[in-house]
Amino acid sequence: MQRREFLNLGTLLAGGALLTSRVAFARTDERRARLVLIIMRGALDGLAAVPPYGDRDYAALRGEFALRAPGEAGGALPLDGFFGLHPSLGFLQECYAARELTVLHALASPYRERSHFDGQDVLENGSPRAHALTTGWLNRALAQAPGQAQREAGVALGQNVPLVMRGPAEVTSWSASKLGALDEDTLARITDLYAGDPLLSVRFADALAADAIASADRAGSLAAMAPDTAPRAMSAAGTLQPARPAQANGARYAQVVRAAAGFLRQEAGPRVAVFDTTGWDTHANEGAAAGQLAGRLSALDSGLATLRQELGPVWSDTVVLLVTEFGRTAAINGTRGTDHGTATVALLVGGAVAGGRVIADWPGLSARALYQGRDLAPTLDLRSVLKGVLQEHLLVPPRELERTVFPDSRTARPLTGLVRT
Amino acid sequence: MRESFSAIAANRFGLGARPGELAAIAADGRDWLKAQLRAGPPVLSDPQLRSSQETLAQAQKLRQEIRAQRKSAEGATAPGKAGADVAAAAAQALPQFLRPIYLSEVTARLRAAVATERPLIERLTQFWSNHFAVSVDKQLLGGLAGSFEREAIRPHVLGTFGDLLLAVETHPAMLLYLDNHLSVGPHSQAALRLERRAQPRRLGINENLAREILELHTLGVGGGYTQADVTAFAEVITGWSIGGEGGGPFAGGEPGKFLFRPELHEPGAKRVLGTAYADGGYGQGVAVLRDLAGHPSTARFIALKLARHFIADDPPPQAVGRLARAFTGSGGDLPTVYRALIDSREAWVQPLAKYKTPSDYIISGFRGLTLPVEAGQPALTPFGVLGQRVWEPGSPAGWPDRSADWDGASALMKRIEWADALGQRLGNRRDAAALAPQLLGANLGAATRSAVAHAASAAQAVTLLLAAPEFMRR
Repeated sequence: MQRREFLNLGTLLAGGALLTSRVAFARTDERRARLVLIIMRGALDGLAAVPPYGDRDYAALRGEFALRAPGEAGGALPLDGFFGLHPSLGFLQECYAARELTVLHALASPYRERSHFDGQDVLENGSPRAHALTTGWLNRALAQAPGQAQREAGVALGQNVPLVMRGPAEVTSWSASKLGALDEDTLARITDLYAGDPLLSVRFADALAADAIASADRAGSLAAMAPDTAPRAMSAAGTLQPARPAQANGARYAQVVRAAAGFLRQEAGPRVAVFDTTGWDTHANEGAAAGQLAGRLSALDSGLATLRQELGPVWSDTVVLLVTEFGRTAAINGTRGTDHGTATVALLVGGAVAGGRVIADWPGLSARALYQGRDLAPTLDLRSVLKGVLQEHLLVPPRELERTVFPDSRTARPLTGLVRT
Repeated sequence: MRESFSAIAANRFGLGARPGELAAIAADGRDWLKAQLRAGPPVLSDPQLRSSQETLAQAQKLRQEIRAQRKSAEGATAPGKAGADVAAAAAQALPQFLRPIYLSEVTARLRAAVATERPLIERLTQFWSNHFAVSVDKQLLGGLAGSFEREAIRPHVLGTFGDLLLAVETHPAMLLYLDNHLSVGPHSQAALRLERRAQPRRLGINENLAREILELHTLGVGGGYTQADVTAFAEVITGWSIGGEGGGPFAGGEPGKFLFRPELHEPGAKRVLGTAYADGGYGQGVAVLRDLAGHPSTARFIALKLARHFIADDPPPQAVGRLARAFTGSGGDLPTVYRALIDSREAWVQPLAKYKTPSDYIISGFRGLTLPVEAGQPALTPFGVLGQRVWEPGSPAGWPDRSADWDGASALMKRIEWADALGQRLGNRRDAAALAPQLLGANLGAATRSAVAHAASAAQAVTLLLAAPEFMRR
């Protein structure tokens, strides 16, 4: 018997010896809210993704790499008359027009140094300090959200679970398999073999549960990821590899968003999905309307379009949150790129977003306005945005947001009204 | 206790026991490990493998040809489909050149790891290669990551940290990976000349390599440097470049070889970490690197990473302190540090403290089952499937080294599926019940012994042995 069939059997017998209580599929909450978190590792250049072409200092800082105003050749896509979208983000502009995209600009996490790896740690652990916690804010939020008991609350698309999703709440990871499935007898024996191992017994049960959910996806996009044709969508940490030609990137994004949608559109599935993207660390030859960053943004944009299509009606219950660890220098460096900076953008897109807005307390780009004379200055705390979304979308109690999800974050008041309620 | 010493020596410090290895280690794993430090550097010589210089020079030539082809295709009277074909062929030419180089390097590295009788040294090579990580997802690095390891890492694994550091930071692969070959001092001769032109072109520094040397290679992120240190250090190493790398100010020099370009170097004295460095061209950067190698923060950072790799995810501070003192006391003599590590009691008390990375898991599987390494794509495939493609960490931080980074549910299932595929392939050609004590020694628990003994088939027994909790860890 094939593994997936075996797991279907396991689903039917939920509560049986193998899967026990870890996979009880009844939805207990009335809300159907879904959340997709996309981490853009490497520090996205917010001034290129959402250029402030209306700022009087912008063109001089970016020189020949400044994106022009909408309407000009290679110009930005219009948003609000001051900010534009990078010309590669056509789908996102449609979303903006449909009031399903909110851009948050001049935003930063509490991290103020310039290490990717500490920056990502702060972005994910939810405290003001790197390595202060070994669990992530999204997992802690899930543990406090109503209706999460007794099931896989979240799924990481990739082999492993990123820090943001680690913690007390039951989560799993899933990636398409390239190898053959195991037979029922071997799976049962491995379950026995792991009985005395607290870590492996849990991980193995989580893997079986994720496969059970995947195989129950009657719409078939997960099952359709035939082992041998699945391209290498993810590396170890579940990161996409967009450093290759744009077409290949597009295929990989399509893979991972199909998988995310396959989980999220199921009644019994997890309602939060997370995955990584990489390739945003544009130190050299970043390009402008065309070039390196343009290709990556374009692949991401079409990945998001695929996500909307694959989610179908669930799109209207979905918030997709795109975040990065920090921004990049306001000026172009000596190698036609940008070095590590401070403030950047975050994007909220989806049918559940109260969109069509750019939210920014714009600090300006004059020499005096720049943070440490080089970076876009932060005027909005990322945690304010996250708190608002978690509170109004996943119904995480405000008290828990302050206490367990984002410790030491009193200065970051929740930004409400981001989600349609 | 002695038996557990040999299992730890072979599986924690080594790359996983081969059949017979535990018996050979015999009385004291520490002697077995220290003996490995006494022979020469772990060179990997294979006439099939090319030098970085050779690969880079050919890649540069290929790029020029591609440019020429594109130009002539654009110039043709009826470009149409033929022009598009030329462009498509040109786009493929470089990957087609680099891919076989990458695969032969992957093959050679895996063969060395599987066959070696000095597995500690091979593990240390991989450790340093990951500490000074380059990633093949950046163009050209696919053809350079392997030769970088052979040329910059291997000769110095049993030398001093200072020599290792200098070899790494002057290697073309690292200069390319972190963009330093094109970094130009804003007041250098080349920059001033270009600004005076009718159509001025602005050249300047790129701080990527300088930052990652401080953050990832030497002091560590809390090691006491500021943004001003990063910028000053980036200026110090302007001009550290590669011969024949481009046009204009980057032309000239022996193609593919490290080249200091004085005309790109930012002139003047600079202050890094409170120390003033007089301008001495190339020597200025060498002096900063030498001071960084001897900095107490570097000693602590390297000690922590080694202790995390060989003792536990969160190693005891007293062990880290001991390694840092060995580092500083010996002037960064790496074998002295390794000996302090081998003599650390903390490394020997918890037999399965570390969860294997996918790479550890695959290599120990090959060693334990004495599998032959097929050349080319088959040597790479398991690393891709299990989620740790060789030399592709995707960032200069290298692969992470804690359990939580590798113990995902889906990742576990991939290992089991691979173990199952091996079992199916081997059938009854391996006797897992006989192998279990030879591979796991004193770590072999009753549950695994029984599961392997009572397996339904020889194939399933192999699967269960490799899936066992004791085999997932080291």
